[in-house]
Amino acid sequence: MSEISPVDLGGIGALRWFWRQLTSMKTALILLMLLAVASIPGSLLPQRSQNPIAVNEYVLNHAGAAKWLERLSLFNVYGSPWFSAIYILLFISLIGCVIPRMLIHIRALSARPPKTPQNLDRLTFPRSAESTTRPDEILDLAQSWFKKHHFRWERESDAVSAEKGYLRESGNVLFHLSLILFLVAMGIASAQGAKGEAIVVEGETFTNSATSYDNLSNGSKFDLRNLAPFTLKIDRFVPTYDLATGAPIDYKLFVTARDSGGAAKKELIQVNHPLSFGSTNIYLQANGYAPVVTVKDGAGNIVMDGPVVFLPQDANLTSTGAIKLPDAAPTQLGFVGTFLPTATMDKVRGGFSTFPDAVEPRLLLSAWTGDLGLDKGLPQSVYRLDTAKMKRIGLKQLSVGQSWTLPDGVGSITFRGWERWVNLQVVRDPGKEIALAGGVLAILGLLATLFVKRRRIWVRARLNEDGATVLSIAGLTRQEYEGFEAEMNDFWNALTAGGEDQ
Amino acid sequence: MTSTNWAYASNYLVYSAMIVYTLAMFAAALEVAMNVKGAKVLVTPSGEGAPSTDDAKSERWGRIAIALTSLAFVLHLVAVIARGISAHRVPWGNMYEFSTTGSVAVTGMFLLLLRRHSLRWLTLVVTFAVLMTLGTAITLLYRPSAPLVPALKSTWLVIHVSAAVISGGVFLLANAVAAAYLYMDRVESRGPRPAWALKIPSLEALDRLCYRLVAFVFPLWTFAVIAGAIWAESAWGRYWGWDPKETWAFITWVAYAAYLHARATAGWKGRRAAWLCLLAGSSFLFNYVYVNVWGTGKHTYSGL
Ligand code: HEM
Repeated sequence: MSEISPVDLGGIGALRWFWRQLTSMKTALILLMLLAVASIPGSLLPQRSQNPIAVNEYVLNHAGAAKWLERLSLFNVYGSPWFSAIYILLFISLIGCVIPRMLIHIRALSARPPKTPQNLDRLTFPRSAESTTRPDEILDLAQSWFKKHHFRWERESDAVSAEKGYLRESGNVLFHLSLILFLVAMGIASAQGAKGEAIVVEGETFTNSATSYDNLSNGSKFDLRNLAPFTLKIDRFVPTYDLATGAPIDYKLFVTARDSGGAAKKELIQVNHPLSFGSTNIYLQANGYAPVVTVKDGAGNIVMDGPVVFLPQDANLTSTGAIKLPDAAPTQLGFVGTFLPTATMDKVRGGFSTFPDAVEPRLLLSAWTGDLGLDKGLPQSVYRLDTAKMKRIGLKQLSVGQSWTLPDGVGSITFRGWERWVNLQVVRDPGKEIALAGGVLAILGLLATLFVKRRRIWVRARLNEDGATVLSIAGLTRQEYEGFEAEMNDFWNALTAGGEDQ
Repeated sequence: MTSTNWAYASNYLVYSAMIVYTLAMFAAALEVAMNVKGAKVLVTPSGEGAPSTDDAKSERWGRIAIALTSLAFVLHLVAVIARGISAHRVPWGNMYEFSTTGSVAVTGMFLLLLRRHSLRWLTLVVTFAVLMTLGTAITLLYRPSAPLVPALKSTWLVIHVSAAVISGGVFLLANAVAAAYLYMDRVESRGPRPAWALKIPSLEALDRLCYRLVAFVFPLWTFAVIAGAIWAESAWGRYWGWDPKETWAFITWVAYAAYLHARATAGWKGRRAAWLCLLAGSSFLFNYVYVNVWGTGKHTYSGL
């Protein structure tokens, strides 16, 4: 092999050199290894795409290191420029090396087996013997053996050359092509995909449009106006818990789905059974409680009436949230609440829940008056009260149906009951069928490339000076092929009718 | 029998299997010991080529070791099945169960591959490794039998985990072979093989054996990863999310692909290939231990 360095060549030469390097198998493998190594930090450091809360915590605890990690995109490894660079180079490299191999293989598929070498002794398992059978008859025997064993063969004047196992290379090309397919699928997902989440309370209806989501991200080539048109009414959410341990056993979400056609259909969504609208799937992601309250202000006007979503804090669904009433008069009102589905009181821990189902529901409230801080225009969590400019006016525990009249005539609150909410994850991934096809083809290709053995067998039969037939055979394989010797023996026996071996 | 009875039965069977594994390990150790003695007899000046009585003894202990390992395997397998019956599900819902099921897969694959490959010299290593795994499982990882969390309720759990567990069993065997290669390579570089190592296949045979094991399970591991992706798609809404478990499955896959490639096309044999095999096997183990126990992410089913 002549190694030419790029400096000797002009611009085009250098490009060609670069292309040849990029598309060599060694480079592809190095890029692949590099991709594997590059994915390691993402498995050790918290990632924004998976766990933004853990990232924030990490940043708080390791401010100095975090600055550098941030600069190197180490909190977003799988979306980072350097990760994408490796991935794109690998993609190009694979295409550059697989396509030419595929073309060569397609040509090879119709090629005839190579000519029988002059000297068979130097190949694998050579064997020869003298025989009284005529050379033609021996070659006929060989030919029918090859036919029976699905070899491809070529008769020469005094020899037969045969080859088998082309499927191995077909499988190999298929496997490498399927890797490309896989990368294509991932590309489509990131360009054309969309993913969003929305919390919906029982009885409410979710409409699939950008404004219905709590958060939504979409691929660069996907227009959010093209979201699949459907609505989903959350009829009922039914969890089942293990009575002894409180561990969840089953979640069932009953919905009424309506697509653009408008026909309503009852559907059931479970954890491993999403609901599909074309390439959009709807998953049941999380669930919790929304206490239902009625709040009246000092003037006796109802300023709030309905469920308020609280977030679960532990496995027994102790849930916390905030109720904000900016329109209450004479002063703005706010409540910090804890909802306990099965309440237990403890001197040390205060109130907490001992079972995730709503057996003994209680609502613990602390009431605040003053400025909620909502006019400043800064985004605020709906689950937390900013009490910087507020004053606490009381604490209360309510069971279902109870009311609490607040001191100083600022209003009252009634705990009317509770609803359940579910967090729906809506995912549009138009590339996933391609990925699946890639996966299936990869396995088929692998099986062929690992288990089919490519081998050649030759037989030559000619008369010597004494008029006897000299018969010789030999084989060739470049693979680990344990059974080759047995196969050669079988072939030999077929030619010599079970053993004139000398 | 009630669920609790099945769970108790399972625990007793695990203890029984451990006792039999221990006996098998001793028998395998005796096989090696007899080898050493037998070799000493052989080198006495009187009888060159004379049949050594201890060689026959060694052979007998070797057979006993395999018979005991097979018995332990049966007990172990029934223990795993009983655990499944007690929990009304496949017995791989937490780390205790992964360990007991994973180690039964190691023994099972070992006994299966023994029929075609000369692996008997590995009995000592396999019984030891399985005993260590079971010991860790019952002391550190034990959890009472309980139903599955909803995310694990899927046919893909059965398919994905069984493929992964079987692959893991063979990867560990391949690792043992690769380690044996490297060790024997060092031993041989200092001179002829000592007596205890005479039953271990030649370096070339070890190298080939390691390749065969990996080539045999690589498609299965590929399938396990793809089945996991399909399951992730139905459970979490994406088939690939670079969750730590997924990431390390990918790393393991790439490392074994590199091993196969290095051996098939780059012509790497022997030492470098063995190191690559060990590296790939370590990433598999890392995924199992580190990511299950200390990792975060969606695959936190260890129950610890
Ligand atoms: C530049 C691109 C590549 C080329 C030219 C290439 C070429 C080859 C060749 C010649 C073989 C051997 C086939 C045989 O033994 O008959 C092979 C096998 C294989 N390749 Fe690649 N390859 C490339 C990239 C990759 C990549 C990126 C992977 C990713 C995993 C991969 C995985 C495999 C596997 C698993 C085998 C089977 C090994 C075996 O036969 O034991 N290859 N490839």
